[in-house]
Amino acid sequence: MATTVALRNLWITRDRAAQATTERAWVRWLLITVAILFLGVFLFLPLAVVFASAFAKGVSVYFAALREPDAMAAIRLTLLAAGIAVPMNLVFGISAAWAVGKFEFVGKSFLVTLIDLPFSVSPVVSGLIYVLLFGLQGLMGPWLVAHDIKIIFAVPGIILATTFVTFPFVARELIPLVQAQGNEEEEAALTLGASGWQTFFRVTLPNIKWGLLYGVILCNARAMGEFGAVSVVSGHIRGRTNTMPLHIEILYNEYQFAPAFAVASLLALLALVTLFVKTAVEWKARQHAEQQEIAGALGARATTALGAKAA
Amino acid sequence: MSIEAKNISKRFGQFVALDNVDLEIPSGELVALLGPSGSGKTTLLRVIAGLEFADSGTVRFDGRDISDRTARERRVGFVFQHYALFRHMTVFENIAFGLKVRPRDTRPSKKQIQEKVHELLKLIQLETLAQRYPSQLSGGQRQRVALARALAVEPSVLLLDEPFGALDAKVRLELRRWLRQLHDEIHITSVFVTHDQEEALEVADRVVVMNQGRIEQVGSPEEVYNHPATPFVYNFLGNVNLFHGRLEGDKAYIHEQKTGEVVYVRPHLLDIGRQPNGGSHFRARIKHINAAGPLVKVEAIAEWGDPVHIEMSQEKFSDLQLSKNESVFVIPKDVKVFSNHKA
Amino acid sequence: MAIRLKQKSVLPGFGLSLGFTVLYLSLIVLIPLSATFLKASSLTWPRFWHVVTAPRALASYELSFGASAIAAGINLVFGLIVAWVLVRYSFPGKRLFDSMVDLPFALPTAVAGIALTSIYSANGWIGHYLQPLGIKAAYSRLGVVIALTFTGLPFVVRTVQPVLEDLDKEMEEAAASLGANRWQTIARVILPTITPAALTGLTMAFARAVGEYGSVVFISGNMPMRTEITPLLIITKLEQYDYAGATAIAVVMLVVSFVMLLAINLLQAWSGRRIRSSGAGDLALSEA
Repeated sequence: MATTVALRNLWITRDRAAQATTERAWVRWLLITVAILFLGVFLFLPLAVVFASAFAKGVSVYFAALREPDAMAAIRLTLLAAGIAVPMNLVFGISAAWAVGKFEFVGKSFLVTLIDLPFSVSPVVSGLIYVLLFGLQGLMGPWLVAHDIKIIFAVPGIILATTFVTFPFVARELIPLVQAQGNEEEEAALTLGASGWQTFFRVTLPNIKWGLLYGVILCNARAMGEFGAVSVVSGHIRGRTNTMPLHIEILYNEYQFAPAFAVASLLALLALVTLFVKTAVEWKARQHAEQQEIAGALGARATTALGAKAA
Repeated sequence: MSIEAKNISKRFGQFVALDNVDLEIPSGELVALLGPSGSGKTTLLRVIAGLEFADSGTVRFDGRDISDRTARERRVGFVFQHYALFRHMTVFENIAFGLKVRPRDTRPSKKQIQEKVHELLKLIQLETLAQRYPSQLSGGQRQRVALARALAVEPSVLLLDEPFGALDAKVRLELRRWLRQLHDEIHITSVFVTHDQEEALEVADRVVVMNQGRIEQVGSPEEVYNHPATPFVYNFLGNVNLFHGRLEGDKAYIHEQKTGEVVYVRPHLLDIGRQPNGGSHFRARIKHINAAGPLVKVEAIAEWGDPVHIEMSQEKFSDLQLSKNESVFVIPKDVKVFSNHKA
Repeated sequence: MAIRLKQKSVLPGFGLSLGFTVLYLSLIVLIPLSATFLKASSLTWPRFWHVVTAPRALASYELSFGASAIAAGINLVFGLIVAWVLVRYSFPGKRLFDSMVDLPFALPTAVAGIALTSIYSANGWIGHYLQPLGIKAAYSRLGVVIALTFTGLPFVVRTVQPVLEDLDKEMEEAAASLGANRWQTIARVILPTITPAALTGLTMAFARAVGEYGSVVFISGNMPMRTEITPLLIITKLEQYDYAGATAIAVVMLVVSFVMLLAINLLQAWSGRRIRSSGAGDLALSEA
């Protein structure tokens, strides 16, 4: 009798222990199903519909849509805008990371908050502020007209708006990275006789290269996909001031669904590449961190390498 | 290259790191800056290196005022506490770095750089690890690479910031001896910072004891240990018993007439006997005996209630055959009283 | 420049880097933003008030804020579930799902917009199931909520995930050894730990949704007073050359943005961690 009771109590305790840090099986499967369904409907479905609709009318229609002159012009303009905005923001990001990450000064956190500003501004407003500055009725409008310079409703405006919305990306990625890495390697380089530029290119830059790549990829993805801000400053002139997202909008509003999705599929591919690079960089960073941990553990063992001289 | 630091003061916000410090280091000496955390030793080292700028005071190398020169211009070799090896470069590239960044006119050829680096690798006995990355090395190996890297540019001064602090006890001992040997061979003016008094006393030609931003004493290891100038130095370099008492001539009166002076005695300078001798002595009751180790440590309570720590050799202990709760006589062999320093 | 530094520094390049940073920041961000407030100030206060409280504007706020709140709420609930599932369980394809969570950050909003519209319109993949049930997903307020749920999806997941990953299993074991059952442990030990992060994610999702344009403007139908979001109202006014009106509404949105930015910074300080850019921070808040 006593043995049965004891056994039963043991069984209950074991069950309790197992339940301590995990849920019952049916709860687990329910949650997993809910999560998969949710992600499936909201993420995979839209992605699938882009490619399905792009090829709905066949492969030749797909390529024809991409080769169409206005589409090509839109692709070129998108590449141009990103090609200028991203490098500029890259140089800015590096400069900000050096100033904020390596030095202590008054107003540092205020500066960082200002750098974050474009993130919190609605894209339509981001475009509007340039219209208010450079548009016909803008603050500098009359001056620009007098000198026959077109910014709004022309390519420069698009580049500016793109630069604004992607402004913080590289900086936000690099600043914490540079701060976390400290100044020791740079100080060492200086004591060894390196100049400021030598120190930056040979010591600092290689240490931030993954974060840099990551920031540039994200910056580029956003730059090429920007819609609201560019929509405001663009003027929507076919073949001249339309980027890919704007071109997609035009095609869609004209019920040319397959061509619209064809162009959209290019941007969707870019998104997938972005995600892929992001995952790869994060994996590399995790690998690197693990390696440091292992090396640290190795160093903790008393190695008498001095004693064990090469035979 | 001789080093002279004069009137150096430095604060970080409210914290005073260095308070009007003067220090002279003749050429070719191996000097230890010894002190607890916050004593200013690392700050002083970094000021000499040009990695910090003092609020006031001057630094001279061989008599030349270099206070305004940057770290780069001072051409010191600096070894960091956590090595600061360039993590994305191999051991070879780390050591070669200082030579590669020289301006074009003074830069050695590729072949010369290779030769120099291999020479140094041989010196630090890591020739086989030239292509490894710092993350693949142990702490002791990294430290040697850091040293080789600093030596590659043939500096006139070598500065080391707690070079062995992050290492295992055994590795530390070996590297300590190795540094001493290196200095005997190369004779470069070297200054190293440590909080480990054993390390300072064992390695250095001269020891600079620092506390709270000031220098307490400068002297050879023997001097600072046996003839400490202040209670802090006495306390920091070894164990100590403190008693109220006074010194008259060469006779110590311990706890008699509580004169308000403080008498310092090292545990190994207290004898235990069953008879009082003619000189100063007091009674104590043995509370605890720890006979594990090279020395026997006895803890007793003096007749006025204070604890007393005594150390003696194993032979002495077996001669005496002491036991717990025994009442014995304690005879001080050598005491120190610091006039002007009240406890 | 040395005056601005707390300590004279050993590393070179402070003046150059700070100077360029401030210059670029002023040219691209500060000066244009100031222009907006300057323009807005040309409106008299009563006129400004009249514009921003016009019925059409109010209807757009109701939609933008209301739908954003609902979408953020949906993302809170499901985001927690997704984060939990990704951190605690294994199942085939988990890595893929984990990477895909960031899709709304990477996918251009216009692409998302037309894709979602296509799915939920009357003959779309999901839409044609809903139609016989009388549910109109596209060109309705429901469509707006669906689109905003898409854009805000990664926020709660990415802010909660690191906290869950760092959670010490020993805490749960301690609770269990003291007699708590699973639900009690979750409610009393785990939930309080992730609440700051969850709220941060919620606020970020909300802030992003309020300003969202591209994903929403296709599926909403854009009927004034019914399915017109505030950013669209701004564009409409611009197209009618009503610069003053557009600016006034923009100022309202800017004020809301700054308040949200402040709230998020405070929440992040509360939850004790600066959200690292591996996820939430990067493509966050504003939309393409």
